[in-house]
Amino acid sequence: MAERAEPVITPALVAGLGVAGFLAALSLGTVAVVAAAADTPGHLGAGDWAALKFTLSQALVSAALSTILAIPVARALARRRFFGRDLLITLLGAPFILPVIVAVLGLLAVYGRGGLISELLVALGYAPLSIYGFRGVVLAHVFFNLPLATRLLLQGWQRVPGEHFLLAAQLGMSTRDINRVIERPILRSVLPGAFATIFLLCVTSFAVALTLGGGPRATTIELAIYQAFRFDFDMGRAALLALMQFAIGAGAAVFAWRLARDGAPGAGLGRVARRWDCAGFAARIIDGAVLAAVSLFLLAPLAMVLLRGVFGLGLLDAGAVTALVRSVIVALMSTALTLGMALVLGTAVARHGAGHMAGWIESAGHLSLAASPMVIGTGLFILLYPLVDPASVALAVTALVNAVMSLPFALRALVPVMRHVQSVEGMLADSLDMGGWARFRLVTWPAIRPAAGFAAGLAAALSMGDLGVVALFADPDAATLPLYLYRLMGSYRMEAAQGAALLLVAVSIMLFRLFDWLGKGA
Amino acid sequence: MIRISLMAAGLALALAGAPMAAEKPVLNVYTYDSFASDWGPGPKVEKAFEAICDCDLKFTTAGDGAALLARVQLEGKRSRADVVLGLDTSLTARAAESGLFAPHGITPENLAVPGGWNDPLFLPFDWGYFAFVYDKNKLKTVPRSFKELAAAPDSLKIVIEDPRSSTPGLGLLLWVKAAYGDKAPEIWKGLAPHILTVTKGWSEAYGMFLKGEADMVLSYTTSPAYHLIAENDDSKAAAIFDEGHYMQIEVAGKMATAPHPDLADKFLKFMMSEKFQSLIPTTNWMYPAVQLKDGLPRRFAAPIPADKALILSPERAQAVRDAALAEWQSALSQ
Amino acid sequence: MLQLAGVEIRQGDFLLAADWRIARGVRLALIGPSGAGKSTLLASIAGFLEPDAGRILIDGHDMRGTPPGKRPVSLLFQEHNLFPYLTVWQNVALGLRPDLKLSADERRLVARSLDEVGLAGMDGRLPAALSGGQRQRVALARALLRDRPLLLLDEPFAALGPALRGEMLDLVRRITDKSGATLLMVTHDPRDAARIADLTSLVSAGQAHAPVPTGELLRNPPAALRDYLG
Repeated sequence: MAERAEPVITPALVAGLGVAGFLAALSLGTVAVVAAAADTPGHLGAGDWAALKFTLSQALVSAALSTILAIPVARALARRRFFGRDLLITLLGAPFILPVIVAVLGLLAVYGRGGLISELLVALGYAPLSIYGFRGVVLAHVFFNLPLATRLLLQGWQRVPGEHFLLAAQLGMSTRDINRVIERPILRSVLPGAFATIFLLCVTSFAVALTLGGGPRATTIELAIYQAFRFDFDMGRAALLALMQFAIGAGAAVFAWRLARDGAPGAGLGRVARRWDCAGFAARIIDGAVLAAVSLFLLAPLAMVLLRGVFGLGLLDAGAVTALVRSVIVALMSTALTLGMALVLGTAVARHGAGHMAGWIESAGHLSLAASPMVIGTGLFILLYPLVDPASVALAVTALVNAVMSLPFALRALVPVMRHVQSVEGMLADSLDMGGWARFRLVTWPAIRPAAGFAAGLAAALSMGDLGVVALFADPDAATLPLYLYRLMGSYRMEAAQGAALLLVAVSIMLFRLFDWLGKGA
Repeated sequence: MIRISLMAAGLALALAGAPMAAEKPVLNVYTYDSFASDWGPGPKVEKAFEAICDCDLKFTTAGDGAALLARVQLEGKRSRADVVLGLDTSLTARAAESGLFAPHGITPENLAVPGGWNDPLFLPFDWGYFAFVYDKNKLKTVPRSFKELAAAPDSLKIVIEDPRSSTPGLGLLLWVKAAYGDKAPEIWKGLAPHILTVTKGWSEAYGMFLKGEADMVLSYTTSPAYHLIAENDDSKAAAIFDEGHYMQIEVAGKMATAPHPDLADKFLKFMMSEKFQSLIPTTNWMYPAVQLKDGLPRRFAAPIPADKALILSPERAQAVRDAALAEWQSALSQ
Repeated sequence: MLQLAGVEIRQGDFLLAADWRIARGVRLALIGPSGAGKSTLLASIAGFLEPDAGRILIDGHDMRGTPPGKRPVSLLFQEHNLFPYLTVWQNVALGLRPDLKLSADERRLVARSLDEVGLAGMDGRLPAALSGGQRQRVALARALLRDRPLLLLDEPFAALGPALRGEMLDLVRRITDKSGATLLMVTHDPRDAARIADLTSLVSAGQAHAPVPTGELLRNPPAALRDYLG
């Protein structure tokens, strides 16, 4: 009986290990494949060390700024209830799912040299803004990641039992006392993880760094990998650079685990704790100003994308609709894969939380954060090319890679909740000898459904906007919407491309809302 | 179950590419993305060639010329490609070294490529000049050389593409090298204050230019023709530089391992024909490689005189590339 | 001391009405089925939600508009009475000064109240290292230290075993005897009420009935209470 209660190897563990192994093969294995295909062993040059330095410094500053700025935003959202709060939270997430080029053009439409602010400055007789260089890269990364940081911090606030805020009110705590006693511990538990995640996203981003970087100083490791492939066709060097990127990822992960304290899962982002300390006029003004500022910062570029897109919508033809349908199908397949993998990994981690094995399994799910999309794509290509026509598996590979790329975010949403369910109801289920499907359906699923809906929405939206990884697998007759958008731009059709961008953003947000809504069981 | 089978049918429809033409041999042409896009020459080329070849022409795409070459290098001897269309002369030396291409055995007639042509492996299908494009309504004092550009007030900003990730970017690198040789670093130093930013590819740079971010963008002398002909907009122009303009000659080659060598030969011949070539100006927005019977389309800018054409031989381009890149990096990193 | 004057609290379909008063030093139990609104009544006395009609008066002062921290009230919840990242000592000291800047005298008071609830020497522990009973003792120590005239208990001992629960109730009795505080406690067990409360108010069917002596009520339960007790 003891063995039944504490099984060493369960089907859940085996499945978890299977998925984890697959993910490791996809991210680390593809590096090996690329390295093996090299004619000569790779070596790193002075330029690569400069790239490492730039990559690290911009990612550190971007991640630090994103997380620090997210603190007042998350705090304001956590303690204020107002009309449109839900919608604002959704919209704030939009930059995160935009294709890079669309977002960059949107940013430039506001903050660029020819943007709204510059136009105003010039009209008043001042010099236009210049956002190129290090600060441009950081600005864009904050634009992309501030919403993510805000969400991660807000989840931390939701983990605080409601009684604590009542208690604080009863003890007559001031805003400062609450900050010290309640909020700072929250931040200590969620900031390191948020920082590490965003740091990694900034490490592997490269189109942003390149476009706004202002010159070759802004060279990231991912650009060096890109260069190694297409400029030098030096796969040994590409593999070495990819390993370097993994090393950074491992460092960031260790940092996050060391500092982060895992808390109970949050109750979704909808709850607003009633507060008595911040009812004053000044506090309201501050929160209002923070929310207004961040909304303006994030939504103005988005609004420009939408505004400009309206004119372009009329220029789109049937090709755009087909591409849209294809993208939605890829996004749905990708979402199913993400959710499937996240649930398998989550179950294994939740049921074997204490063991080393669970740690390894959970890490495998996050590997893609540090992986080079270019290397994954190339490694898969080398592997699959002898077997199948790459174009014939293009959409399947796109769906798979998108799924793996959004898996870390799905895990962030799901694993804490699944752990919680296991700790609260796991023993009850064990005692009733509930296992397998029945246990999942009756015990786990109802409890994790909102988190799963959120994770699915995120996966769908991310998959809609993603591109690049699979350039090698692109099927010219079956373009997805982002690829279609790039093609429009590549054929001088900027207006139509903006229409496609609008379509992409709108459908991504709709998909996100749809899954989120399904999860809430409305 | 009905729902599931409906979904499956929907999936199958959406996932299916072009319908397979039954029984006909398939000619695989690898090309860059914009060539095969709905607005590029691809669809019309496909239709015209299929009308005469009794075959199925299938495009496979990679992002641009350099990505195209990397792709066939990855595939190596197992490649299913018959023809690779879309490399340029800065890539052909590496392409030739790879040993993946076979001689075309064609002597092109009526060639309109400045400087003539005698490459046994690759045939040109179009060409153009790199140039800085500007908006006539916005930029009043237009520089007429790299030196004038360098001497212009710092507020004159240009967007260029990164030579490591883009074909035009590499073209500019070779342009400055061809025009100034050992003096290239000085020119780059002079240009540095004007370079607003360096983008990953042409689309980003051109998009930023159209949005008014920069006064000039590295593109082609033929870019204004697009705006004039397709959009009836005559505000864009290419700045003509005294040093001359670097040429991009786009070429195609037959794979040594082509599954259908005869069809590949036929396609290359077709490529040099009036039918194919007349499609080029207003779909690929480049100059055709042969003299067209009726000349260039109306309003399509005449090429600058051939004595202004600059180009390095493929071998020379390959040889100076790394050093030129290093010069570029160090000049712009200060 | 505490007067509920025509108080009505609405939450959706839920309605709770109360109209009675109790004198200083009284120990009152609120008994009734779950969902009847016992906790809601405590929450509104503590200031966490305002009644929709009527007034809550403490010592003759209308509490409307007075924030929770300014009311002469201490409320203990069923759980989460402690901040998990603060030590036992800090959690108690919060009762005197939320910024934890305590004078030597105040420190002695903290030590004394910890001593009184039987937790001397546990100052440095974190809540996670305590048992359920110990945690509620910490919360009691804080209430003791705050010395508010009105102590509200929202079933803080519900999760404890009968012996331990009895012990805790005795502790509460000692504390209120000593401080003279008025006590309102929610319970669902008539034995708890019998053990400590002079008066008991039956909360059922949208009504917090006027308090009656506990012994009398339990000997002659009205119909609603009989249904509840079974």
